[in-house]
Amino acid sequence: MATANISVGATRLTDERNRLGYELRTIQMVWHREIIRFVRTRTRILSSFVQPILFLFVLGYGMTTLVGTTGGFDFKKFVFPGIVSMTVVTTAIFSAISIVWDREFGFLREMLVAPVSRSALVLGKALGGSTIATVQGTIMLVLAPLIGVHLTVLLVVEVILLEALMAFGLTTFGVFVASRIQKMEGFQVVMQLVLFPMIFLSGALFPLDGLPSWLAFITRINPLTYAVDPLRHVVFAVQNMPPAAAARFATGVTIFGYLLPLWGEILIVVAFALVFLALAIRGFGKPD
Amino acid sequence: MTGSDDATPVGPAQNSSSSSGPRRERALEDSGILSDSAPPAIDVKSLSKRYGENEAVKGVSFKVARGEVFAFLGPNGAGKTTTIRMLCTLTRPTSGSATVDGFDVFRQPTAVRRRIGLVFQEPTLDQQLTAEENLQFHAVLYRVPRHQVEERIDRVLRLVDLGERRKDLVSTFSGGMARRLEIARGMLHTPAVLFLDEPTIGLDPQTRALMWEDVLRLRSEEGVTIFLTTHYMDEAEYADRIAIIDNGSIVALDSPDELKKMVGSDTVELSTADDKLAGSNLEQAGYKVSVGEQSVVAFVENGEEQVTAIISTAGVPIRSVKVHRPDLDDVFLHFTGREIREGHAERSFPMHFRSFRR
Repeated sequence: MATANISVGATRLTDERNRLGYELRTIQMVWHREIIRFVRTRTRILSSFVQPILFLFVLGYGMTTLVGTTGGFDFKKFVFPGIVSMTVVTTAIFSAISIVWDREFGFLREMLVAPVSRSALVLGKALGGSTIATVQGTIMLVLAPLIGVHLTVLLVVEVILLEALMAFGLTTFGVFVASRIQKMEGFQVVMQLVLFPMIFLSGALFPLDGLPSWLAFITRINPLTYAVDPLRHVVFAVQNMPPAAAARFATGVTIFGYLLPLWGEILIVVAFALVFLALAIRGFGKPD
Repeated sequence: MTGSDDATPVGPAQNSSSSSGPRRERALEDSGILSDSAPPAIDVKSLSKRYGENEAVKGVSFKVARGEVFAFLGPNGAGKTTTIRMLCTLTRPTSGSATVDGFDVFRQPTAVRRRIGLVFQEPTLDQQLTAEENLQFHAVLYRVPRHQVEERIDRVLRLVDLGERRKDLVSTFSGGMARRLEIARGMLHTPAVLFLDEPTIGLDPQTRALMWEDVLRLRSEEGVTIFLTTHYMDEAEYADRIAIIDNGSIVALDSPDELKKMVGSDTVELSTADDKLAGSNLEQAGYKVSVGEQSVVAFVENGEEQVTAIISTAGVPIRSVKVHRPDLDDVFLHFTGREIREGHAERSFPMHFRSFRR
């Protein structure tokens, strides 16, 4: 009797361990598929650079003549971290689009009828999108010397970590939105109404202080604000900024006059990511 | 009732059918399937599904033996897809019970899903991946042990004759190849039961025949039970047994041959120089005949074997001979009083013009 019980217990234990192993394998496989698909669609890689570069040069050069140079620190340098963020955000969201494609082309069904947990599918998807978005954002750093932004090894590591966090938050958000949408058109509408306002009102493209109070309010409830600011903060920290420029392009987000610490901002983004991860898992794969 | 003005050259044979109810039940019991000691591959007891007012499936019961090819035949909206979805745990039954490979679709959905292969009406492949990558993905989802994955992929691709396209993107595949790849994928994790929901819809006749070869090979080489739905009559003939479903109920269940026997005998239709004389000659020889305006029809057990005897017995010059064996079209008409295809016009359409459902 006793031996039987032990062996049953042992089997259950290995089952549990295998279960975790299989879940990880599923996550890895879903992740891998995202990467394969990304690498295979070269046009997508290229097109996801075009928009941010356009913004960088149009806004950067255009605005620099308007705003002028503040103590040798021009608007291009200010907007650069914002453009990197923008690359990450759009890539993350658009990789979440692929769920809507998967639905249209039927592959979503192959995943949903399989005996795997939805958590593993969502995590794999989110991690795949995050990886792609982080890579895209990091590639943008090659433009840094061109516009006179100094890079250090530590800075690149910091930027990559912050990009990854931002990407994960945005992908889970994208997966959540995409899993509620049946048609491609619907996703585009949501993106027009959500993605662009989020980017424009996040401080990615202009400084957040001195805004009219209603606009300031909107930027403060925009979660992206708290993802963009730390990135700009770490980039600016290693730039040789004259005091006048530092004052002109201050980093940090103030709420009711209180300056939020960097870790506070990061915590907000982590919370955002976790909430939408949970919502994405819950909403993913409701039977069609 | 309706549809007696059949466009095909069919003799007036099928209206001579005898009572079929008791025979049907006896045949089911005789098939030995009910007495099998191992749990049947599929065991369904008064399964029903109601969508609001509409009862899509009205308490169907049947068993499918291991290794059997079992077809659900019926027109669109008869309840085929709803039944298959319930058996695959994708739709919750309103009442009744069903087990697949001994596992309850209600209480053990995950266990059931691991033991079944699914091929839907709509394609579910990733076009941007290669055939191999699609299969690798599937192997992970269905927990095929790592060391078996390569071997299984080799094998299932060979079974559907796609071994050479292994590294090709699915987007380069024809519709038929993609469907066969889906069948291979459904078999990858060695399921006990392979469910095919309208597997040949939208395929041209040659591809359909090819696909059927694949399916029958899977059954003989892998011993898998195959449950499929179709609304193509000719296709159901490949099955070991057929359940004819109409308006959510099974109206007949037997082997294709038995079903045909229930419908009636073979007919040999002669067009002769003197039909009356031919008819009386045949009648005197003991044949059951009916003399029409243009022809004389003899009802026999085995038309093909009897045809020469009938011609010589008729004793008059023959203009034409037609031997007709009741096919599943006749069977469906017999059991439901309707033709399976709504309207004759559709009959002449090439297969690929048939629209997808939904």
